[in-house]
Amino acid sequence: MNGIRSSYVYRRAVDRAVRAACVLAAIVALVPLFLVLYYVTVRGIGGLNWAFFTELPKPVGEAGGGAANAIVGSIQLVGLACLFGIPLGVLAGVFLAEFGQSFFGRMVRFAADVMAGVPSVTIGIFIYALVVLPTKQFSAYAGGLALAVIMLPTVTRTTEELLKLVPEALREAALGLGVPQWRTTLWVMLRTAAPGVATGIMLAVARVAGETAPLLFTSFNNRFWARGLNEPISSLPVQIYTYAVSPYEDWHRQAWAAALVLVSLVLFLNVAARVLVRNRVRSR
Amino acid sequence: MNTEFESQRPAREGAAHRRLQLNWGDRVFRVGTAGLAGLVLLIVGLMAWQMVGASALSMREFGFGFITGREWNPVLEQFGALPFIYGTLVSSFVALCIAVPVSFGIAIFLSELSPAWLRDPLSFLVELLAAVPSVVYGLWGIFALAPLMRETVEPALRTSLGFLPFFQGPNQGFGMLTGALVLSIMIVPTISSVSREVLRAVPQSYREGALALGATHWEAIRTGVMPVARSGLIGAVILGLGRALGETMAVTMLIGNRADISLSLFAPAHTMASVIANEFTEATEDLYLAALAEIGLLLFVVTVLLNIVARTLVWNVGGRREGSRV
Repeated sequence: MNGIRSSYVYRRAVDRAVRAACVLAAIVALVPLFLVLYYVTVRGIGGLNWAFFTELPKPVGEAGGGAANAIVGSIQLVGLACLFGIPLGVLAGVFLAEFGQSFFGRMVRFAADVMAGVPSVTIGIFIYALVVLPTKQFSAYAGGLALAVIMLPTVTRTTEELLKLVPEALREAALGLGVPQWRTTLWVMLRTAAPGVATGIMLAVARVAGETAPLLFTSFNNRFWARGLNEPISSLPVQIYTYAVSPYEDWHRQAWAAALVLVSLVLFLNVAARVLVRNRVRSR
Repeated sequence: MNTEFESQRPAREGAAHRRLQLNWGDRVFRVGTAGLAGLVLLIVGLMAWQMVGASALSMREFGFGFITGREWNPVLEQFGALPFIYGTLVSSFVALCIAVPVSFGIAIFLSELSPAWLRDPLSFLVELLAAVPSVVYGLWGIFALAPLMRETVEPALRTSLGFLPFFQGPNQGFGMLTGALVLSIMIVPTISSVSREVLRAVPQSYREGALALGATHWEAIRTGVMPVARSGLIGAVILGLGRALGETMAVTMLIGNRADISLSLFAPAHTMASVIANEFTEATEDLYLAALAEIGLLLFVVTVLLNIVARTLVWNVGGRREGSRV
């Protein structure tokens, strides 16, 4: 009797210990998140002022200046990425959902999965070899293209998965009314899946907005305004990197401020995507 | 009566014109989207092709010696990638040692133990960990983590475990250990979210069976859930490894960037990704560029293979779940 009891006590103790360890793991993992957010907010808030959003960087040694060119550059780069990446990704996803059961479809799906696992720095080299070397200059186009390649697999696979969730009855109803197949797909199926697809796109945008490594050798950096999209262009992530590894106190302040802007944007997109999904689930 | 869809009915005079239009719409749509999907395929092919093309010069010059060569000297045009391969493997391994227990803990908590109201917010917060840009982790690492490592963590490690060769030498804050630590933070979301999906795919009856036999919660997980989920959990770790190998910015900013092979985890090191990020824009000679591109090619091949293995393992557990991020 005593033996059984003590073994139960032991087993219960192990059970409690493992549970406690799991709770601890969850807490430990979140500590860095809060530390990073805390540091970025506290150190970044001091550097945020009107000049930061409106002025060009000052030369070393001169206080003040801003990162207006990096903010606009980031917007342009992400915009270019969306321009290339979203239509291609969504329509490729439509193909996979509608006609993707063939060998060709499986190959495309596989290629998208492979692409999602490729390190972004490698994609940078790819675009460098593909665009920068032949045109002999770093450009916003090259940077945008690199970001587009990074967001493409996410957009494609999200679109496919969400289209597959749309009830078949909707398709049958549309086809039954005599709507051609292609219009059924685009105007009924894709439209039903649109909020989910938009969420996926927002998350993809949030991810590429912070990408740095591929931009280092595609869009490079620019201390001034880029006069066109075929010129090197500044961007927030590259600017943060340049400032962070520099030895100047003033640049460090700018780096924190830029990080605060970038993190705010990324968090906003993530939370917005979250809220969008939740509202949709609730309204059903 | 013919009950088939109009588009499949044999041609008839009256509706011929209209049907022709419909068929054209569908056909163009199908061919068009197939073309765009083919473009995805083409991009991956082009990527492999361009990477091989860009590194051809270095492959011809060094052959297999590139992987085993220890000297990296741009001035003498002598390029061996071993220090970077070593740095990548060791930093990823250390990162896995830290991240795997934590991630499995989170995954078990989320799928087995957590109260329902906590599940969603907690997994959202863990995913946010992945949303913070790499360069921001690097910035935080330079000004917060590295000083902490230099002044507190590394001296403590030296006094307690200093007899091991891994914890000797000067503690500068910037080195293998700091790089690996920030790497582990960045791969926790990947491993934990995939493991959670895998654990959830195990049928509820397995847990109930074990609990009905008198097992505690942990025993039910260990004997009922784990054996089924094992290959998927290994897949999750491999996906995390794939992310760790290619992670660039944060590591570049923290690992110290020196192409040495040292047993000490305090010593500065270099990874394959960090050497590319550091030197690619400075490389002016063709051979130098080709050598860096070849490192990128190695990274490409390894991560593609790892992803294929990991996905196969994860799918084996309960099949592919809709909407999962795997």
